[in-house]
Amino acid sequence: MAAHEQYYVPAQSKWPIIATLGLLITVVGLGTWFNDMKAERADSNGPLIFFVGGLFLAYMLFGWFGTVIKEGRSGLYSSQMDLSFRWGMSWFIFSEVMFFAAFFGVLFYVRNWAGPWLGGEGDKGIANMLWPGFEYSWPLLNTPDPKLYPAPSGIISAWGLPLLNTVLLVSSSFTLTFAHHALRKNQRKPLTLWLALTLVLGAAFLVFQAEEYIHAYTELGLTLGSGIYGATFFMLTGFHGAHVTLGAIMLTVMLVRVLRGHFSPEHHFGFEAAAWYWHFVDVVWIGLFTFVYVL
Amino acid sequence: MSAVIDTDHKGHGHAGDDHHHGPAKGLMRWVLTTNHKDIGTMYLWFSFAMFLLGGTMAMVIRAELFQPGLQIVQPEFFNQMTTMHGLIMVFGAVMPAFVGLANWMIPLMIGAPDMALPRMNNFSFWLLPAAFSMMVSTLFMEGGGPNFGWTFYAPLSTTYAPESVTFFIFAVHLMGISSIMGAINVVATILNLRAPGMTLMKMPLFVWTWLITAFLLIAVMPVLAGCVTMMLMDIHFGTSFFSAAGGGDPVLFQHVFWFFGHPEVYIMILPAFGAVSAIIPAFARKPLFGYTSMVYATASIAFLSFIVWAHHMFTVGIPLTGELFFMYATMLIAVPTGVKVFNWASTMWRGSMTFETPMLFSVAFVILFTIGGFSGLMLAIAPADFQYHDTYFVVAHFHYVLVPGAIFGIFASAYFWLPKWTGHMYDETLGKLHFWMSFVGMNLAFFPMHFVGLAGMPRRIPDYNMMFANFNMVSSIGAFMFGATQLLFLFIVIKCIRGGKPAAAKPWDGAEGLEWTIPSPAPYHTFQTPPEVK
Repeated sequence: MAAHEQYYVPAQSKWPIIATLGLLITVVGLGTWFNDMKAERADSNGPLIFFVGGLFLAYMLFGWFGTVIKEGRSGLYSSQMDLSFRWGMSWFIFSEVMFFAAFFGVLFYVRNWAGPWLGGEGDKGIANMLWPGFEYSWPLLNTPDPKLYPAPSGIISAWGLPLLNTVLLVSSSFTLTFAHHALRKNQRKPLTLWLALTLVLGAAFLVFQAEEYIHAYTELGLTLGSGIYGATFFMLTGFHGAHVTLGAIMLTVMLVRVLRGHFSPEHHFGFEAAAWYWHFVDVVWIGLFTFVYVL
Repeated sequence: MSAVIDTDHKGHGHAGDDHHHGPAKGLMRWVLTTNHKDIGTMYLWFSFAMFLLGGTMAMVIRAELFQPGLQIVQPEFFNQMTTMHGLIMVFGAVMPAFVGLANWMIPLMIGAPDMALPRMNNFSFWLLPAAFSMMVSTLFMEGGGPNFGWTFYAPLSTTYAPESVTFFIFAVHLMGISSIMGAINVVATILNLRAPGMTLMKMPLFVWTWLITAFLLIAVMPVLAGCVTMMLMDIHFGTSFFSAAGGGDPVLFQHVFWFFGHPEVYIMILPAFGAVSAIIPAFARKPLFGYTSMVYATASIAFLSFIVWAHHMFTVGIPLTGELFFMYATMLIAVPTGVKVFNWASTMWRGSMTFETPMLFSVAFVILFTIGGFSGLMLAIAPADFQYHDTYFVVAHFHYVLVPGAIFGIFASAYFWLPKWTGHMYDETLGKLHFWMSFVGMNLAFFPMHFVGLAGMPRRIPDYNMMFANFNMVSSIGAFMFGATQLLFLFIVIKCIRGGKPAAAKPWDGAEGLEWTIPSPAPYHTFQTPPEVK
């Protein structure tokens, strides 16, 4: 087990404390901003603090990942270190799965239990006495209290943009896999092209998603505030969209690295980690398309 | 190949190079460190600071409850004290203490040079002081700090919450990020950095219980993040997750929270199980009875923890099928837990036992944790829970599993491994005094709570019926005693760091494991070349 002797323990690093400060400043800024917005206080410092925190985080991300890339390329990482990264990334993705699971759980709970009870069904149907006229249906086109939560006039059909987006995202997983195969065969040109195509597909997905949101907000009255349908719809698709954005940023970094000649057919865990993440957001989308749009 | 690295790392990290170096000097050593021992030490000190802060809040609570009527604080502030006491003890004291022990001991126990991802390890730690400064600062904000109980049920924590709840939410996010990264580090270390020959079933139980704990953390902390995110959206962006007026459901909050919350209580006890499973064999001078069954019992407890959450919600209005399912599933937990208690007792059976401080805390752990387990079984019976719910009986129950469970487990570990950390023996007389004062204090504080709870005294209320006066006074006296005693612990630890009888590499003659093969105090870097485990 010679690999053990080469396990790389980095010396002191300034990046974690910068990351901590960055995150702290960012959330203090966000909190101040949100609270001032709610209390309608003018001249909030929130956005500024948030922006400063964001700068810290950006500096940290460039610096920390830059260091890791340098170390990796200078051959400091043994195959055992590589395995630590693999475990780390896998469990991180598992934690993301559980994050989405919470929101899917909410959706199932509302549709199977809370909603029907509110509509007067079953022995817990006494909840209906709060709003005796309320009838439950899914999609929820009427809310118990329309003054507080005005219901949407319609919902997004699964068979328009969402279907197109499904095709885009699923094909992007394929193109990414082609890129990976090209990398393993050391065919740099196909690698660059397939990776770039993946990014184009991802960007197209995000554009259509934005178009869908605009349509929902301006024409359907389907908003975050339009009752539980809008809340679950936007939280699930919104967090997914944020993850697609993050995945696309990762892949952009990988594209830049490819263009700079990084990665060898044997050593390219950075690329693989980003690819795993991309496949993960793809799988989440399939869950979303099924349970949020179709069913 | 090292052209880039040599400029900033002076060749450190090269294969097989004998370049040992000690810690850097000054404050920056702690801020920038990537050393698992430094980080473990910081976690432990942070945890102790939070233990004293949360304990001070408990003292405020007990002072107010010393007599019926309102004497010292207003109900609004009392609510903030109960809330912050719970949050600080759970997230600030118990969890970081175990992460600190994991950082110190797991690499030593499995023969690893450090944690798998040392820089992330530093990040995990420093997020905690950041999160807790933000959370504690809410007490000084307009409208006061969180006042909705540590379980922060909606709509108390959404519609009716003070403005500072926003910062509470972000503090929880930071703690969650810290916990997830810490847990990923533990899993990667255990799965990837074991010395050659250290197979999974040869790992010390502390390592096993932490592996399972880390899995639980990675599985449920994101759910907590989702939970507080939905609160944030309900408060600021008009969603109706927890508002029935929009089709949501306040009970939904409780489901999401307890899906996190129940595994969370095992996160706070499993590492203590592991530590006690190392300490009892050491002082009984017998190998642990039933090692394999301990591993499987821990795994079973972890699995069951995912399917029992609604036993916290028996009175909230869930369908009969739900009440029955969660009742029986909860009772099942008694089986693997019983296996563990049986194994600890059997380990002591006919052992050559001596009762040094770590052993005293461990034996008390087994007995008193079992009492907490039994009151848990009483609470698991759904129809009976309709009587106990939200009374002091519940408070008695979870303090019995957390104080003589988690906290005694931490004390036992601290005394057991202090010689390894500091190179000195602690003062045994003072250690025993600390144990007996803690033991008497906590039993005085929490045992009477069973009685007032069964008689109907509600929790989280600053005033109570005259008939509960005597028991509450006893509780408060016990609590003050327990609280004051912890300053003695601080003194003992500082004394031990500053000097004392030099500790041998293996100060406990019955102790086993790789951590006792290295000198005391443990050198700054250990196992850079992994040991062979036969």
